[in-house]
Order: sequence, then C-alpha cells, then structure tokens
Amino acid sequence: MGTLLSVEGLVTQFITSSGVVRAVDGVTWDVEEGETVALVGESGCGKSVSALSIMRLVAEPAGRIVAGRILFKGRDLLQLSEEGMRRVRGREIGMVFQEPMTSLNPVLTIGRQLTEGLEIHLGMSPTDARARAVELLGLVGIPDAARRLRQYPHQFSGGMRQRMVIAMALACEPSLVLADEPTTALDVTIQAQILELMKSLSRRLGVAMLIITHNLGVVARYADRVNVMYAGRIIERASARELYAHPRHPYTLGLLRSVPRLDEPIRARLDPIEGQPPDLTRLPRGCAFVPRCAFRTDRCIVERPDLRPLNGAEHVAACWEVERVAVGGCPKVAMA
Amino acid sequence: MTAATRDGVILEVRDLVKHFPVGGGLFSGPQAMVRAVNGVSFTIRKGETLGLVGESGCGKTTTGRCILQLERPTSGSVVFEGRDLTTMDAPELRKVRRTIQVIFQDPYSSLNPRMTVGQIVAEPMAVHGLVTDAVKRQARVRELLGRVGLLPQHAARYPHELSGGQRQRVGIARALAMEPSLIVCDEPVSALDVSIQAQIINLLEDLQAEFGLTYLFVAHDLAVVRHISDRVAVMYLGKIVELAPRKELYDEPLHPYTRALLSAVPIPDPELEMRREHIVLKGEVPSPLKPPPGCVFHPRCPVAIDRCSMEVPPLREVKPGHWAACLLA
Repeated sequence: MGTLLSVEGLVTQFITSSGVVRAVDGVTWDVEEGETVALVGESGCGKSVSALSIMRLVAEPAGRIVAGRILFKGRDLLQLSEEGMRRVRGREIGMVFQEPMTSLNPVLTIGRQLTEGLEIHLGMSPTDARARAVELLGLVGIPDAARRLRQYPHQFSGGMRQRMVIAMALACEPSLVLADEPTTALDVTIQAQILELMKSLSRRLGVAMLIITHNLGVVARYADRVNVMYAGRIIERASARELYAHPRHPYTLGLLRSVPRLDEPIRARLDPIEGQPPDLTRLPRGCAFVPRCAFRTDRCIVERPDLRPLNGAEHVAACWEVERVAVGGCPKVAMA
Repeated sequence: MTAATRDGVILEVRDLVKHFPVGGGLFSGPQAMVRAVNGVSFTIRKGETLGLVGESGCGKTTTGRCILQLERPTSGSVVFEGRDLTTMDAPELRKVRRTIQVIFQDPYSSLNPRMTVGQIVAEPMAVHGLVTDAVKRQARVRELLGRVGLLPQHAARYPHELSGGQRQRVGIARALAMEPSLIVCDEPVSALDVSIQAQIINLLEDLQAEFGLTYLFVAHDLAVVRHISDRVAVMYLGKIVELAPRKELYDEPLHPYTRALLSAVPIPDPELEMRREHIVLKGEVPSPLKPPPGCVFHPRCPVAIDRCSMEVPPLREVKPGHWAACLLA
C-alpha cells in the first residue's frame, strides 16, 4: 500500500491581539491507503487546526498556513486553485465534525444535503442521486430511508445526525475521511454504535481515516497508528499497540496515567499532569512540556528535541530523556 | 437529631418525580409531559460519595437540581439532615442552601464574567452573613484560594483570564466558602482536558477527607465515577435501574443496561480492546415524553422477555446493598 496523504513541515499560525499563535508548529506525518491514523491531544494542541489546514479551511485572514506541503495522492493541496480544492473537499476527502447539528444545514432536508454533493461532484441525475442517498442511509444504519430523506436535521437524534454526517462524508466514495472528535458529543452507548459503524465501513470500503480526538480509549479501539500532539507539535508517534504498551514521551505517559481505567484496580489517587498547557503565543525556547515534566533536565530548557527514532523507525519520540522514560515509565509497572 | 440522621444518613430522596410540561400555546394547557425523573429513591450517608451515572436525558442532572431545590419536584420528598426541603418556604430554604452547595459542569458559564475571582468567592459569604468583616473576608478568600490550589494574586483576576481547570477551582472555592456538608457535583470534570481532570478529582477527594464532605457526584464518565464513588446509582430514562457499592456494581453488574454501559466504555489498551466483548445496544434512548410500558429499557435490552414489556420491575435488593430493577436479576 502506498502513502495517501503526507503532511510535511506544516506550520499554521493565527494572528491575534495578544500575538502570533503557533497553532501548528512544523508537523510531519502521513496516512497510508486504507489505514486509520489518530491525532491525539488536548484542546489547543493543534489537532483540529491540522485537519482544517489539510482542507484549507483555516479561517482567514487571522489564520494562515505559513509553511509546509500537504501531498495528497502526490499533489500538493496547498498549490491547488480554490476551484481545484473544491473538487477535493467532499469528493476525495470527506469530513466528519464533532457537533453534527452545526455541520448540517438546518433549512435543507436530509435528502437534499446528501444529493447535492452527488449531483455536483459526480454529475448524477437527481433520480440517481436519490437512489444513492437511500442506499447511503441504509449503509450507515438509518432505517426507513425514503421517509427520513424528507426530514430536517432537527427531527434526527444526535446519534442519527452523526450517522447522517458519516453518510455525507462517504457519499462520493472518498479515499480519505477526516473525523474530528466524531463521537465526543454522543452518549457512550451511541458512541459505541458510531465507532463500530466507522470501523466496519472503513474496512469494507477501504477508506483511510484520520481520527482527531482527545479520548485515548477511542484511539485504542480503532486506530492503527497514533500521533500524539502537544503545543502544536507531534511529540510521539507509534503503532497503537506499541504506543500504549511502551509510551516513551513523558507527556504520553502522563496522559495514560492520569485517566482512571475500568480494567485496573482502583487507585488511591490519580496521577495528574501538574500545571497547565503552555501559552501558544509564548512558547519556550526548549521543549514546550518542560514546566510540567517530571523527567526534565537543564538541556530540555534550552534545546528543543526533535522526533527521533527509537527501537525501529516506526516509533519516534521528541524527548531527550527517552531512555529514562522507558525505564521508569510503563504505567503498569508504576501502578504495581 | 431525627431518626433519619441517626444512622448517618444525611440525605434521603424518596419517590422523587419531576415532570416538565411542554408544548401547548399561550392559552391552551401543556400538550405533553417530559417525565425527566420518574420515581427515584436513594440515601446518602455522611461523608460518602454517591455516583449518579447515566446518559444525557436520563434525569441525573434534574435529580441533582431537585435536591438543590433549583427545581421544585412534582412529587416526592428530599429529606436533608432530617428536614424535608420540598415543604420549606423560601426564607427557611435560604438557610439550608448554605449547607448544600453545587459545582457545575461548565466553569465558563457558572462564574460571573464581570466579577473578579475574589469577589466571586467573597460574595456568598457576605450574602449569608458568614464573614461580615470585609478585611476578614479577604483573608478567608485567600485561604480558600490556597486550599484549592490557586495563588493569592488570582483573587484580582477575572474568570476569562483563567484556564478551564483554574476556573473550576474557583467554583470549588466558592462552594467551600459556605462550609457546606453536602456538595452536588454536576459533571465537574467533563468540560476539562484529560490531564486537568485528574487534578480536580484529586482536589475533590482531598477536600472531602479534610472537611468531611458528602458528595453527590453526577457524571456520565463511568471510569471517573468508579474512581471517586463509594456507591453508584445508574439511571435510565428517569429511573434508577441499579444501585450498589462501587466494587459490586463494576465487578458484578446485574442490570443489562449497566452491563452494556460498561462494555461501551473504551479502554486505553488496544490489545485488550481487541479481545474484549462489546455489547452494542440497538437503537436509542426512547423519548421521556412517552416512556415505553413495562421496563423502560426493554426495547433495547438484549435479554428482554415478553414479561418485560408488561411489568414494571421494581428496584429490589437482589443482594445485600445491591439493588436492581430487572425481572431477570
């Protein structure tokens, strides 16, 4: 399988009254065909801005992509004309956003919202588009499709709306779907339904997925590879299995340790990451995680670590102290 | 002390019902009733944490608001330290309210943006006449801020200058200022980042140990509730379907809804996730406008039998201290 999407040295900034926010500060990552890749991190780490940058939907004039390349099937999306980009959005790259109510048009019927893309992108006739829309609702498990197509988004429940958004994202048979917190607004039993649905659809249709989430559990359930972001940079990347079993960056380790888990003995106390995420307008010279890091040394304050390969090229981490993290690190050892 | 407080019970909720009328025009009566809370009973003992979990619309927040008397219940009683809050008049309630405090989910909307942190924490003390001297009040504010992990200089800041976690600390300091005995925590960490959630949970536990606080901890995150609670009640469509000591509930859940909920929670371990069985419930929560007959869970229940659609299963004590509302439990 080849590389479908390759983001290289992407820098996206926002100009605000308090200074330049370096939302995405030089990130490089890729998605293989048919693969599910996760971008994980907390609010403000740059994960959503990364996705918006790929779609070239960063709100101008405050926000702009300053540097980097976004190669999709070999073409640099940043060099495309607005017209060319419009053919990529929805046609070749589908999107699923967190809040299904705000990503649907409240004054158009569900049917119209589905058929519009089919008619514009694929040049289908209204009759063919309608037949395809019925098929798509069936695909995402919405029963009684003919009647549902005449309804408006407010007549759908949250879970049904998200199914609908997934149907729209898949409508033109894209090769990549970007899903930004696809289940965060949903209840846990509905979340389970949507996760199962997305997983089975991506397998069946061979669609690659980029999942953006803060939920480590969601990632564990369906990502092949995981990129962990902090303060606009990727600080660790590995296969999901490797990352959860052997986290090598103190931030990844801290995240995994700080959440209570249903499968572990109840702990007397949780182990939070102390302190706050940094101000993106005043990033320190060295590693951005320094003020919160238990492994920090003098070097970390003055010199910023780049991603370096660990055992095998698949696992990379941006930390000077990976060896110490590995020795003292594994969450299960720490708990015992 | 009345009988209710003698065995350490601080709060007793009995047959709590809250219906909200909806629809109808200006002159016609309501068209329908949302049965948000439909006969809920439980007790909380002094110093314990009762977790109340369920999905959105199950009535957990309304239950909390009925205890605080922010909503007047349709029927049922809320007996706090031996006195029924539902029959109290406004002046009496105001006195009791000091001892029942609340921490809200959203630290953005629950703090007045035009007041400094110092004013936010000081105001309730002035209103309730707890600390009448202004200078002493400032000292008390500083003490409280320190206790929740903020610095004295935070008193001069406005809420928008603080992060989400810091704001939630302000909300906690404001509640603590009243020297409460019961705090209703309504999703206190769900709006916060993962790394900050643990800080706030540890803080809540420390404060409980230090001041002997009692918590009603309303949340949808089952792992967080498991960590913090002594006992846990699971709500579905306005009813408690299971209530048990934490260990019992998580290790041996009796209600099929509890089992499905627990299996739906993703665990941050890909290997385990691959081996684990996931019970994916069909369909969605029915409308509380028209709850299904019989057991409210039967339309989605993987093990329902014919009887479940006809008979309402009572919440019964299946094992000592372990209550479940299921005919098959």
